[in-house]
Amino acid sequence: MSERILMKGNEALAEGAVRAGCRFFAGYPITPQNEIPEYMSWRLPETGGTFLQAESEVSAINMLFGAAAVGRRVMTSSSSPGISLKQEGISYCASAELPIFYANIVRGGPGLGNIAPSQGDYFQSTRGGGHGDYRVFVMAPKSVDEMANFPRICYDIAFKYRIPAMVLADGILGQMMEPVTFDFDPVEADSLSIPDWALRGSKPEERRVVKSFDLRPGKMEEWNYRLEKKYDEIKAEEVRYEAINTDGADLILTGYGTSARICETAMAQGRKEGLKIGYIRPITLWPFPTRIFRDLAGKIGKFLVVEMSLGQYVEDVQLSINGRSEIYLHKRPAGGIPTGEEVLEVAKKVLSGDKSKFYV
Amino acid sequence: MKIVFEQTKGLTDIPMRYCPGCGHGVVHRLVAECYEELGVQENTIGVAPVGCSVFADEYLNIDMIQGAHGRGPAIATGIKRNLPDKLAFSYQGDGDLASIGAAETLHAAARSENITIIFINNAIYGMTGGQMAPTTLLGMRSTTSPAGRTVAANGYPIRVCELLAALDGPVYLERTTVDKPAGVVKTRKAIKRAFQYQLEGRGFTLVEILSQCPTDWGMTPLQSLERVRNEMTPYFPLGIYKEPEDDKKARPKKDAVKKES
Ligand SMILES: Cc1ncc(C[n+]2csc(CCOP(=O)(O)OP(=O)(O)O)c2C)c(N)n1
Ligand code: SF4
Repeated sequence: MSERILMKGNEALAEGAVRAGCRFFAGYPITPQNEIPEYMSWRLPETGGTFLQAESEVSAINMLFGAAAVGRRVMTSSSSPGISLKQEGISYCASAELPIFYANIVRGGPGLGNIAPSQGDYFQSTRGGGHGDYRVFVMAPKSVDEMANFPRICYDIAFKYRIPAMVLADGILGQMMEPVTFDFDPVEADSLSIPDWALRGSKPEERRVVKSFDLRPGKMEEWNYRLEKKYDEIKAEEVRYEAINTDGADLILTGYGTSARICETAMAQGRKEGLKIGYIRPITLWPFPTRIFRDLAGKIGKFLVVEMSLGQYVEDVQLSINGRSEIYLHKRPAGGIPTGEEVLEVAKKVLSGDKSKFYV
Repeated sequence: MKIVFEQTKGLTDIPMRYCPGCGHGVVHRLVAECYEELGVQENTIGVAPVGCSVFADEYLNIDMIQGAHGRGPAIATGIKRNLPDKLAFSYQGDGDLASIGAAETLHAAARSENITIIFINNAIYGMTGGQMAPTTLLGMRSTTSPAGRTVAANGYPIRVCELLAALDGPVYLERTTVDKPAGVVKTRKAIKRAFQYQLEGRGFTLVEILSQCPTDWGMTPLQSLERVRNEMTPYFPLGIYKEPEDDKKARPKKDAVKKES
């Protein structure tokens, strides 16, 4: 269990899902996530599971819809345009309360964009993504080790609350190699109990129906309140974040995923130079760690948001801080990757009163 | 007292809300009778489409799932690959199967996915109020082809059985009608055969049933039956388009497929 191995991010994610009990994968090729289906195509049959290359992302997510409905631990992965295509199916899963796990290894957009690392799908991931009032559980790893270990957390949450859960990463995290330690015992998929809602064929008096709608007057409203109750519980119970050196800081750097790592580097260098810089990094993007920001708002004068998109993540920070501290934004879209030095430069300017990166 | 006829236990007691004269209700009953007769009712999982039969889960007395428009074959694939011993079928209309879900249909067939599709071809989009379908006949009026379907504007209707028969994947493809008792009997036989092949693990099966939609055709139920006979069957010939070689040979000559053209 505690063995350390060198792995590529995408493969670590796939292996992490298999060890967490995934036994069904359907997907469609797209860069920069191809290592995931490629890995699953030989790894799942080894475990008695099924790998399917679907004819499209639309088909893949609907294969998951069927496979999840029989109680399996299922997975799909894609990159931005492919995730857009899956959104209708994800919305159906959310409404029908089917636990699914998926990963978006984000590339530059909009449109076909490019295959460079990006964080441009933050809104899509954290606001549900498809049609209707729903949310998905979103985790943002910052290392290959977390790529390996987050699938298990996603499955736990997905099955506990019967919601879709996802990992939001980018091409850097997917492609780079780092040492990995799986911090959990492999889940024996066959020993998992079949959930009572799962379809498997039944006596007429016990028959089960999986569906995403109720056309009777008022019923869909009730349905939505039922989903909302779960979301409120998740917001109260399942927030995860990292906060370092926030006590007495003059400036908080904040970002998620790859940006978080860059912030960490900048913070470490800044502190070496005697600057009082702290750092907050959401691990769950939904539910968002609102409270830590709220608690520090007003106490710490300045927050510098770093994101590889044009001002998406910053909106959640803004909502949490609610005007009680100044927010600055350093942004790089579609393949622009800030360096630690670059961020530290900006941080120094912000600390010296420069307003060029002032956001709100 | 001897029971000579009983209502199938394959259906629930919920009264169907299909329009009078609609083909959906008849086919629901045939599907239900078939899984009941084969003794697999408790081991069957059905996929309901988006279309008038979106409510099939209320009527078919089995485990059911209702999914996105056109994606039934993919959903049934996800079910069947994980529960290979269960009978899995997808029930779909023509808009669902041959338009938005054409890719899912074609690829499930090409993979010879061991599922059955019950395909209701009523040449119209019933649920959304009578728009043109991929199977709407040339000259036929719909709310989006008010002057009648033309080749210039809309191209040709799709013949699904013929299209799928060109693939190696499908094991059994048959087109039937429910416009008269003989057709109903044939349809029942076809559905049962398809289910049987699936239970034997043979691969992809599909039964296309030419059906009537009196409401969106703007006809009486009787007129709509006439249209199935006089207008639909000439363009969509009835018959078996694919079947296992051994069964073809075993069948007596008089039953041989006669495609009306
Ligand atoms: C993605 C999506 N597009 C469109 C619709 C609207 N819609 C509902 S049913 C339907 C057509 C149904 O026609 P058909 O499949 O022929 O079945 P019928 O109602 O005739 O039995 C359409 C277009 C939808 N629900 N989802
Ligand atoms: S609209 Fe047509 S297909 Fe739909 S229930 Fe009525 S008759 Fe049947």
